[in-house]
Amino acid sequence: MAYYISNIARSKGDPKVIHSGPSSLGAADRMAKALGWFSIGLGIAELVAPERFTRALGMEGKEGLVRAYGVRELGHGIVSLSPDKHLGLWSRVAGDGLDIATLMTAMRHDNPKRDNVGIALAAVLGVTLLDIIGAQGVTARHSRPRGQPRSYRDRTGFPQGVQAARGAAKDFQVPPDMRAAPALAAVSDRAPQERARPH
Amino acid sequence: MRALVWHGKEDIRCDTVTDPEIEQPRDAIVKVTSCAICGSDLHLFHNFIPAMLPGDVMGHEMMGEVVEVGPEAKGKLKKGDRVVVPFTIICGECDQCKRGNFSVCQRSNRKKDLADKVFGHATAGLFGYTHLTGGYPGGQAEYLRVPFADATHIKVPDGIPDEKVLFLGDIFPTGWQAAVQCDIQPTDTVAIWGCGPVGQMAIRSAMLLGAKQVIAIDHLPERLEMAEAGGAITINFDEESVVERLNELTGGEGPEKCIDAIGMEAHVSPSMPDTVYDRAKQMLGAESDRPHVLREMIYVCRPAGVISIPGVYGGLVDKIPMGQLMNKGLTIRTGQTHVNRWTDDLLRRIEEGQIDPSFVITHTVSLEDGPEMYKVFRDKQDSCIKVVLKP
Repeated sequence: MAYYISNIARSKGDPKVIHSGPSSLGAADRMAKALGWFSIGLGIAELVAPERFTRALGMEGKEGLVRAYGVRELGHGIVSLSPDKHLGLWSRVAGDGLDIATLMTAMRHDNPKRDNVGIALAAVLGVTLLDIIGAQGVTARHSRPRGQPRSYRDRTGFPQGVQAARGAAKDFQVPPDMRAAPALAAVSDRAPQERARPH
Repeated sequence: MRALVWHGKEDIRCDTVTDPEIEQPRDAIVKVTSCAICGSDLHLFHNFIPAMLPGDVMGHEMMGEVVEVGPEAKGKLKKGDRVVVPFTIICGECDQCKRGNFSVCQRSNRKKDLADKVFGHATAGLFGYTHLTGGYPGGQAEYLRVPFADATHIKVPDGIPDEKVLFLGDIFPTGWQAAVQCDIQPTDTVAIWGCGPVGQMAIRSAMLLGAKQVIAIDHLPERLEMAEAGGAITINFDEESVVERLNELTGGEGPEKCIDAIGMEAHVSPSMPDTVYDRAKQMLGAESDRPHVLREMIYVCRPAGVISIPGVYGGLVDKIPMGQLMNKGLTIRTGQTHVNRWTDDLLRRIEEGQIDPSFVITHTVSLEDGPEMYKVFRDKQDSCIKVVLKP
C-alpha cells in the first residue's frame, strides 16, 4: 500500500501499480523479518523497562543483565533484518539458549513468581522452535547447493578465439582525457608524445 | 503492463502497472523485447542505496522497438526502430554531454534539487536507479518511456539477436570504459577484482586493448572458469593470497592497472577481517559501503599505477589508506559509464565478430520469473552469472 503514498513523487506519465504480484520474499524470509522486528521490539523493552521483567520474574537486582540482553536482542534483530538473515536467526537460537539458562536459575522453590517464570520458559521454548524453523528455512533458501557448478569453459566471448582477440582493438585511440598520468605513459609505445614531454 | 517493481528490501514483485505515457516532446515509448538484471540492481534489492520508493519500476539494461515518438524526437527516431536504451539518460546538448561526459549530463536528472543536495552537483538521470538520479521508471517492464529519446538511444540493425547487443546499454561499455580509463599499454598487467558480468566484460575489454596479462580475482569456480575462458589468469581468494599471487605474477612489482568490478558489496569472510568490520558497520548504518577491494587495490597496485572503479559505490566508506594512495602516486579513475561515447565503436566490434557479449548470459526467463531470479542471482545459485528477462 505504501506505493500509493509514494506516487506523489512520480510524474503523471510514470507507471503506477494497479495490482501487485508474487514477491521475491519467500515464507522463510517473511518469518525472518517478523522475528527480526520481534527482536527489535523486545530489545527496546528490555533496555527501557528492565525492572518490569525482573519484577515479573522475581529476579530483582538483575536489571543490568536484562539491559545487556536487550542490547543482544537489538543485535539479533538488526542482523535478522539484513541480507545476512540466516546469521541473525541462528544467533537468535543461541540467544534463546541463554534466555532459557537464565530463566532456569529463577525456577527456585523460594521464588514467589515461579509460575511466571514457567510461563516465560514456555514462551521462550515456543519462540526457539520458531527461530529454528526460520533459521533452517532461510539457510536452505539462500544457500548455494553443494556439487559441481555448471561449466563455462567454452564461454570465451571471442568468436575468432582468444589469441585473435588479444590486442584486436589496437585501432582504438584512448581519448586524451582518459590517458594515464605521464609517470606510466612515458614508457608507452602508444604515446611517444608523452615520452618527449619533460617531467 | 507488467513490470518488476521494488516494494522494499529484498521485495521485488512482478506487478500490473499503468502503461507509460509520452510526457515531453522529446520522449519515446519503447516496447521492451529483452532486459537484464544488473549486479548494481542488487544494491537496490538490498536497499543499500538510498531514495528508492515502493512502487519504483526496476531495470536499467533493456532494448526493444520504438512504438511511439514525441514530436521533437521524430527527426532521430521513428516507429519500428530497434534500439538499445543506455542506462544513462542524456540530453546531448549540455556542456558535459558535448564533452562526452554523458553520465554527468546536466539536464536529464529531473530531481536535480535533491541530487544537488546529496552529491553537491546533480549527475545524469538513470533508469530505475533511485530518486537521486531522477526516479525514472526502469526497463524491467513491457514498455518504457525514454526521456530525451532523440539522444538517449543506440540504434541497432535488424538481423543481430537481442542477446548480442543488449549489453551495449550497460555492462559492455562499463567494462570497456573501465579498461579504457586504465590507458592499457602492451606491457601492462591488468588485475580485475570480481568476475561478475562487468568483471567479465572488463576482462574481454582488457584483452582486446592488448594488455600483456589479465588477472581475474574471485572465489566462485564457475565465474573463474568463465574468466579463464576469456584469457585471464585467475586467482581464487578462498585458496590463495591475492597480494602474494599478484606480486608473484608481476615479478614482485604489482599490477600497473587495477579494476574494481565489485563496488560497495565486497564478499564478507572471517579470513578478511576488514570485511567483517565493514559488514558490522554497514548493518548499524555507520558505513554504507564495504570497500575491501579498494583497500587491496591501493595496497598491491604498482606505484604510479592506475585504479579504475566501475563498481558502484553508494555513500560513505571507512579506513581507506590515503597514505598509501598518496605516497604511491596512484591515479583513481571512476564514474558511471558514458555509454553513448563508446557504443558506435563497440557495436562495430560486435558486428565484425571481435566479441560476442552474449557469452555471459547464463539464464533467460520470463518477466514473471524475475522476482525469483533476483534471489537466484543474489545467492549465486545455479551457477547464475547473468539473467536476461523476456517481457
